[in-house]
Amino acid sequence: MMSKVKKKVKVIKIDVDKCNGCRACEIICASFHAAPKYSSNNPARARIRLIRDPVRDVFVPVYAGEYTASECMGRDKYVIDGKEYDECGFCRASCPSRDVFKEPDSGLPLKCDMCEDDPSLKEPMCVQWCLAEALTYEEREEEVEEDVMLGDMELGLKSLVDKHGLQQLVESVARMSQKS
Amino acid sequence: MRYAETGYNLEIDLTRGNIERVETDPKLAELHLGGLGTNAKILWDRVPPEVEPFSPDNLLIFSAGLLTGTPAPGANRTIVSTISPQTKLMAYSMMGGFWAPELKHAGYDKVILRGKSPELVYLWINNDKVELRDASHLQGKGTLETAELIRQELKEPNAQVASIGLAGENRVFFASIEQGRSSCSRLGIGGVMGDKRLKAIAVRGTKDVNIARPADFIEHCNDVLSYVKIREKNPLGMVPPILAGLGSPQEMKIHDEEWHTTNFAWGNARHRRKDFWTKEVEQSWKETQESARERFLSCYNCPMKCGASVSYPGVSKYMMKCYSKLTYTMASMSDLDFGFRIAGPAQEYGVDGFTTPQTIAFALELYEAGILTDQDMPGMPSDTEGRFFWLLDRIVRREGIGDILADGTYWAAERIGKGAEAFAHNNIKKHEQLPLKLGMMNPLYFLMYCTGEKINITQIEGQFPQAPFASKEETEDFLKDWIQVPDEKFKQYFRDWENRGDHSIPHYPTVEMSCEIVDWMEKMHYIDDATGMCAGLSSFPLKPAYHMHNWATILSAATGIDLDEAGLSQIAKRNRTLIRAFNVRRGLRRGDERPPEDHWKKRFPELEAKLLDEYYKFKGWNNQGIPTKTSLHELAMDYVSEDLEQRGII
Ligand code: SF4
Ligand code: SF4
Ligand code: SF4
Repeated sequence: MMSKVKKKVKVIKIDVDKCNGCRACEIICASFHAAPKYSSNNPARARIRLIRDPVRDVFVPVYAGEYTASECMGRDKYVIDGKEYDECGFCRASCPSRDVFKEPDSGLPLKCDMCEDDPSLKEPMCVQWCLAEALTYEEREEEVEEDVMLGDMELGLKSLVDKHGLQQLVESVARMSQKS
Repeated sequence: MRYAETGYNLEIDLTRGNIERVETDPKLAELHLGGLGTNAKILWDRVPPEVEPFSPDNLLIFSAGLLTGTPAPGANRTIVSTISPQTKLMAYSMMGGFWAPELKHAGYDKVILRGKSPELVYLWINNDKVELRDASHLQGKGTLETAELIRQELKEPNAQVASIGLAGENRVFFASIEQGRSSCSRLGIGGVMGDKRLKAIAVRGTKDVNIARPADFIEHCNDVLSYVKIREKNPLGMVPPILAGLGSPQEMKIHDEEWHTTNFAWGNARHRRKDFWTKEVEQSWKETQESARERFLSCYNCPMKCGASVSYPGVSKYMMKCYSKLTYTMASMSDLDFGFRIAGPAQEYGVDGFTTPQTIAFALELYEAGILTDQDMPGMPSDTEGRFFWLLDRIVRREGIGDILADGTYWAAERIGKGAEAFAHNNIKKHEQLPLKLGMMNPLYFLMYCTGEKINITQIEGQFPQAPFASKEETEDFLKDWIQVPDEKFKQYFRDWENRGDHSIPHYPTVEMSCEIVDWMEKMHYIDDATGMCAGLSSFPLKPAYHMHNWATILSAATGIDLDEAGLSQIAKRNRTLIRAFNVRRGLRRGDERPPEDHWKKRFPELEAKLLDEYYKFKGWNNQGIPTKTSLHELAMDYVSEDLEQRGII
């Protein structure tokens, strides 16, 4: 039986009308999450991705959400105010159907962690670097059922399990630990 | 590990279709930083003075700057260098946008192209996979159109594409290389690309760019951003709106065009219209601009938004920044509406927004003067706007008179003869200048116009206000937080500068002061062009975010190179001197260093000679503008003086 707990809900408000397409959000996210911090830059590792097409006037910053092992049965395509957006254009999933939200070398899924840090930041980095104020940050408290959240490592492992099967993963880990 | 730079260049032999990835010498970053600096070194080493612009031996170098692809705000420039078909000197042009950062992330600092492809091709760089692909289906396609088609056929919406249009393919001497809202426009670099039969370079990269001292570096980046915020909230009140903020001139934002329209000359750089800017014009232009602009656009990792997408009735969507909305408008003596209508197609053709309208206005003047006749212009429409479109079309196709005009006003006048030379009146070193015709010779501008290697005033000016302010209060207000001055004495120079009397132009700033001020302004540009920083945050506006006091530490933190202000100054001087030496080896001499004769009404030959004498000395050059053996030695470039000596130049 799960119990109710207070949870801080962190919201990044995305005002696409204010976005000028600079990709600073991607850059600072990637740099912040480099190890050691800021030691490298690579927007392909960012947990936010700007879908940008000036010709169609499409500017949508999308945050990396959950990893999914299989793609949806169909695709969606939004038309808002006469403007056509990309297929799956607002979806946050790290999904096999596309190459966003995956580490470029390992293919492991990326997920926005709201810049969890110690001490915690006053605002997520992408918000801090978006001088256009297309990204703004809000916090509120909510009562929710307690849930078990997967950490980065579990998330990575889960995708490996999906890809290779649990048995193979266990065997590989066992082999690796023998070698080392 | 290499920091800030990737340490690799791509060497492409277009004749043979050979592609190589070559590791670079880390010493070069210590000597030249990167970008324009290392481009110049490569051109010096590999392109002897006999090489013609349209020779397979000419190199075309696409370079990122040293900081491009790092989180340094605004470090996004692509620096393209080659020999200009127009001036036959070194051409270098910088574009913002997204191309060079992508190149860095693909793992390269530069793409060095040589030879000539037998067929029209494009280059596709996808991390380690690099290939030349057939572009015959893209022949004649517009620049933006080409980029779209390439992205589609590669199924890579994130590929960044730099391409040429018809003008480049037809080797127009003022063809540009376009990339979305940014372009390398000046000096005919697109024509060289077309001569090499290279339609485009598409690039996609997903690799890391490393930082040597991450904590230090990011602190500097955050400081820059905080400063930008402050400057955005507090535009300078003592200068016209167009000069009040950071970034490239905010042409897409600002409606108040009084300064440009009344100070710059209209037509073929002829007429000042001092009473042009009326309430009615202001209202109508405001409406035109608001209806044209769809969204402000930034370059990669820049908080400014100097460009905009333009959605204008009857014109395909395009992107624009800076002053090109006015160059066609003013050259045609027409309206802003026309400016927006012609700039789109001109961009698809891929032509320089300065030289093109001026060349067309020049042709129309020749026609009015009877030097060009109906025989030269069969079928030309009767209205000016129609004529502009018509001539633009002829030029990019090199059809009829267009073939002559496609070489720019200097060469066209020479070919046309019959006194046409007098109409090509606005050139320096054969290159069309901003349409400015002023009264009193200004010693700072005199030096910049004469000696700037880019031959384009916006690529050397900045930092120091263009004129004294109207009141003492404004001056003091400006001086109080002017931290960017390399030395406190510059504040005094400015404080004492007056609009009238002993302390006014042409004799003040004095020759000595002028040398120092110009050297500072120029130095900032050389730092930007080597690091890939946008001039809009650094060398171009007043009170920029990057300046002589923070540059060295930022660069040290990014690269790990031990650098202080003096060391950085020395590098900037080395790069500047190397380009000078390169051009000297190609024949540049003092005689070429002249502003357009009619740039100022009041000229002072003795003072002007003295200015050049002293500036050359200040720079370590001889009386012909040639770097001396001693100064080359001090800059660790004995190899340059040996070469110049062998050729009997020094
Ligand atoms: S930082 Fe802001 S303006 Fe820039 S791309 Fe991201 S959301 Fe858009
Ligand atoms: S909140 Fe943090 S982790 Fe999430 S996208 Fe923004 S910078 Fe990246
Ligand atoms: S200041 Fe303007 S032109 Fe320069 S990088 Fe920023 S957006 Fe681009």
